[in-house]
Amino acid sequence: MPKFTIKLNGSKKTIEADSDTPLLYVLRDHLELNGPKFGCGLSQCGACMVLINGKAATSCIRPISSVGDAEIITLEGLADKNGKLHPVQEAFVEEQAAQCGYCLNGMVMASVALLDSKPNPNDEEIKEALELNLCRCSTQARIIKAVKKAVKNSAGL
Amino acid sequence: MIELPKTSRRKFLKNLGYISVGFPMLGFAFLNQDPEMAARVLYNGNLPGSMRNANQINAWLRVMEDGSVKVFSGKVELGQGIRMAICQVAAEELDMELDQVEVHLAETGLTPDEGYTAGSGSVPNSAMSARYAAAMARKKLLELASKKLNTPESELILYNGLVKTKNGSQSMNFAQLLEGAQLEMEVTKPVPVKVKSGYRYVGKAIPRKDIPKMVRAEEIYIQDLRFPGMLHARVLRPAGYQSKLEKLDDSGLGSAVSGLVKTVVNGSFVGVITVREYEAVKAVDFLKKRSQWSESPDFPRQENMYSHLKEIADPPQQIRNDGNVNEANNGISTYQASYTKPYLQHGSIGPGCGIAMFDGDILHIWSHSQGIYPMRRAISGMLKMDQEKIHVISVPGAGCFGHSTADDAAADAAILAMTLPGKHIRVQWSREDEHTWEPYGSSMILDLKAGLDSQGKIQTWTTDVWTDTHSMRPDSDPATLLDTRYLESPAQLKGRGYLGGGHRNADPYYSIPNMQVNAHFFNGPLRVSSLRSLGSYGTIFSIESFMDELAEKEGKDPIEFRLTHLEDPRAIEVLKKIKETTNSAKLNDGEGIGFAFSRYKNTTAYAAVAVHVAVDTKSGAVKVLKMWAAVDVGEIINMDGIINQLEGGMIQAASWTLKEEVTFEGNKITSEDWDSYPIFRFPEIPEVEVHMINRPEEAAEGGGEVSMPPTGAAIANAVYKASGKRVYDLPITPEKILS
Repeated sequence: MPKFTIKLNGSKKTIEADSDTPLLYVLRDHLELNGPKFGCGLSQCGACMVLINGKAATSCIRPISSVGDAEIITLEGLADKNGKLHPVQEAFVEEQAAQCGYCLNGMVMASVALLDSKPNPNDEEIKEALELNLCRCSTQARIIKAVKKAVKNSAGL
Repeated sequence: MIELPKTSRRKFLKNLGYISVGFPMLGFAFLNQDPEMAARVLYNGNLPGSMRNANQINAWLRVMEDGSVKVFSGKVELGQGIRMAICQVAAEELDMELDQVEVHLAETGLTPDEGYTAGSGSVPNSAMSARYAAAMARKKLLELASKKLNTPESELILYNGLVKTKNGSQSMNFAQLLEGAQLEMEVTKPVPVKVKSGYRYVGKAIPRKDIPKMVRAEEIYIQDLRFPGMLHARVLRPAGYQSKLEKLDDSGLGSAVSGLVKTVVNGSFVGVITVREYEAVKAVDFLKKRSQWSESPDFPRQENMYSHLKEIADPPQQIRNDGNVNEANNGISTYQASYTKPYLQHGSIGPGCGIAMFDGDILHIWSHSQGIYPMRRAISGMLKMDQEKIHVISVPGAGCFGHSTADDAAADAAILAMTLPGKHIRVQWSREDEHTWEPYGSSMILDLKAGLDSQGKIQTWTTDVWTDTHSMRPDSDPATLLDTRYLESPAQLKGRGYLGGGHRNADPYYSIPNMQVNAHFFNGPLRVSSLRSLGSYGTIFSIESFMDELAEKEGKDPIEFRLTHLEDPRAIEVLKKIKETTNSAKLNDGEGIGFAFSRYKNTTAYAAVAVHVAVDTKSGAVKVLKMWAAVDVGEIINMDGIINQLEGGMIQAASWTLKEEVTFEGNKITSEDWDSYPIFRFPEIPEVEVHMINRPEEAAEGGGEVSMPPTGAAIANAVYKASGKRVYDLPITPEKILS
C-alpha cells in the first residue's frame, strides 16, 4: 500500500492508504481526527471542510494522492499552542451558534478562511462565503452573528 | 436568594461558559457569609408521565463518591440542548453549582425508559422528573443531615453540595451523608420545590456545555467513537423498496478491495466488513455492480400523486364532531379550499451511523436513535435475542428531526456484529442511501370547508385530512426496522393510522360551534415515519391559509379576524405581540407580511409567526426577508436554548415551504442528494427574531416543534399579500406563483 506524507496542522504525518482514499477518510480514519465530518461524500454540504493552503475546501472527494505538500489545517489546528481558541471558535461559543453542531466544523473553517481574506465582511459576503455549507438544524442566523462577533473579537473590541 | 451577577450577555457567557474554571466541590469557601436560602413551596400537581414507571429518587439521581450528583435521563441529545436544561433544573433544586451536576443520557439498564425523545416532550417529562426527584432528594438529604449532625433542619444550610450547620461547626457532603447508599425512596407529593423567584439558573440563558467541546473537535458524535480493532462496514441497499436479491457475485472482491474482512448475506440483506472505512465504500460499489435484483413495482406518477392517494385511502374516520355541521350550514355562506403537502425529508446532515459489538453474551450497541429502549425491543425481535442480552448506549449524532435512519444503522451494525463476535463493527450510511431510504414525512391532502354567519363569525368548520401514518418508529414490531423486511425470513410492516398523529392540529384552535374532522388514512407508496411536528405542519398550513382567505372574504384584518375567534388569553397574547412587533416594518412594492398562529397539539405551546417576503413578479422568486415569532411555552427553562430551537424551527420550515419535495420516477426515488433535494443555503437565510412570553407559573412545554406549523402558512399568506397569488400546493415555487 502506498505511503503518503502530508503537512497537517503544522507537522508532517505519514500514512499508508490506497491512493484513491479521499483526504477526509485519511483524516478521520487513519489519523483519528474528529473535526472534519462525513456529510455527503459529494462535496455538496461542507461538513468535511479543511483549510488547504489557507483556502476552505471540502476533503471528501479529494484523493490523498492529490494533496502533495499542501498545508492542511483542520479544526484541531485552529487554537494556538496554549489552547487559546481562534476568534471564530470563540465567537461560535459566545453566540451559542450550534444546535447539533455537526456542521460546525465546516462553518468555522469557511469563516476562518473568509476572515483571512476579508477581515470585515458584510452580511452578503458572509452568506456567499458560507453558501456551500448546509445546516439542517437551521442555526444559520446565529452563525452569521457569530462571524460578525469574530470580526469584533479580532479587532479587540 | 442567590443572584447571578448582573453583566452583559457576552461577559455572562464568558463567566459561565468554557472560560470559567469549574468549582466542582467548592462548598462555601468563597462566601463570606451564609447564602440566604430560597424558600420552598409544596407542589401538589401531577407528576410527569415519565415518573410512572420510575418513581424512586435514585432512578433519576445518584450521589457520586466525591459528593457530586449524576442525573439520569432516558432522553437523548439531538442538538436541542436537553442535557443543559436537565442540569439546570436539578442544580436549581439542590442549590448546587452547574459543574457539580452531570447528566447521563439514555442507556439501557441505567437510565429510565422514557420511550422516544420526540414530540417536544423532553422538558415536560424528563426535566420535570429531574426537578421533582432533585427536590425530593434535597428534602431527604436535609432530614438525614439533621439526624447525623444532631441539629434541627432549620439550623442547617444545604448549598453547593454540602450540608452545614449554621454555626459553622460541622459540615458534610452528600456522599458522606449517604455513606455509599442512594436515595431509594419514592418521589411522593407534596414535593417541596424551590420558589420560582429564588431561581439561580432556571429561565436564564445558561450556555450549553457541549458547544466549547464542539469547537475544539472533541469526541462528541457516534461518528467519533473509535474502539481498538474496530472494523468498518457498509450495507448494499436493494435496487428498490420491494426488490429481492437474485444474484450476488463477490468473487474478486478480495483482490479488488484491500482490507476485506467478510461479506455477509442474509436473504436480501448484503453487508460488507473491511478494516478501513473507505475500503467499505469501495467494496459496496463493487458489489452493487455485481448484484442482480428483482424489479420493484413502479411508484404512481408524481403528477398524479394526490389523486392516487385519495384513491387508495381507507374510508374516513370521524375524529371530532361538535354540534351539527350539516344543519348549521343551511342558510349561511360556505367556502372551501384544498391544500396539499408533498413528502418531505428529514435531511440530516450526518447520515445514519451505528456501532455494535457482540461479546459472546451481550450485544452492545451505540446509537443516535431517538428511543433506545423501543429500538432494543425491535432489535430483540429482529435477532430473536433476549432484550436483556442487548445493551444500548445513546450517543449524539447529527440532528435528525424525527425518526430518520439512526435505528436502521444500529440494526445493520447489530446484524453484522453477530457474525463476528468480539469485534466492534461501525456502519456508516451513504448520502444517497440516507436520501432515498429514510422514512419521509408523509404527503398530505387537506380539504377544508367553513360556514360564516352574517356577522362574519365562523359557525361551521370541516377538515378532511388524507395522510399516511406519522409514526413508524421502532418498537416491539421488528418490521419497523428496515433490515427486517429484507432478511431471509422477512417481516411485513403494517400501517398505523391514527397512532401517527396524522391529524394533529386538524381541528382549529378557534371557537367554532360546529366542527367536524374526518381522517382518511392511506398506506402510501413511500416509506414514512415521524418528521418534526408530524401532521401539524400540513394541517396548520391549510387552516391558517384558509383563515386568511376567510378574513379577506369578510373584509377583516387577518389578526383581528383570528382574535374574534379566540377565547384563550395566552393565544390572544401571542397574536397581539406579533402584531405589535411587526407594526413598524416597512414594506416596499412586491413585498408583504403574512401571519399565522397555532397552539401545538392544541394543548401545549403557543406560537404566532410573521413572515416578511419579497416576490419578484417576473421570475416568481420568493425571498424571505425576515421572520418573527411570539411564543409562549409556559415556564422557560433555558432562555437561549428555547430561542435557538424556535429560530431553527422557523428557518427549517421556511425551507420546507419554499423548496422541498421528495421526487420519484418509475421505481426510483430521484431526490438522492443535496442537488436533487435542495434545502435552504445561506443566501436564502432571513433575519429571525423571537419574542418569548415567559410564564413561570405555567407548565413548562418543549419548544422543538412549535414554531414550524405556523411558519408555512405565514409564508403562504405573505406571498399572497406580496403578489396576489395564493398557492395551495406546497412547496411554493416560482412556477406556481407565475401560473
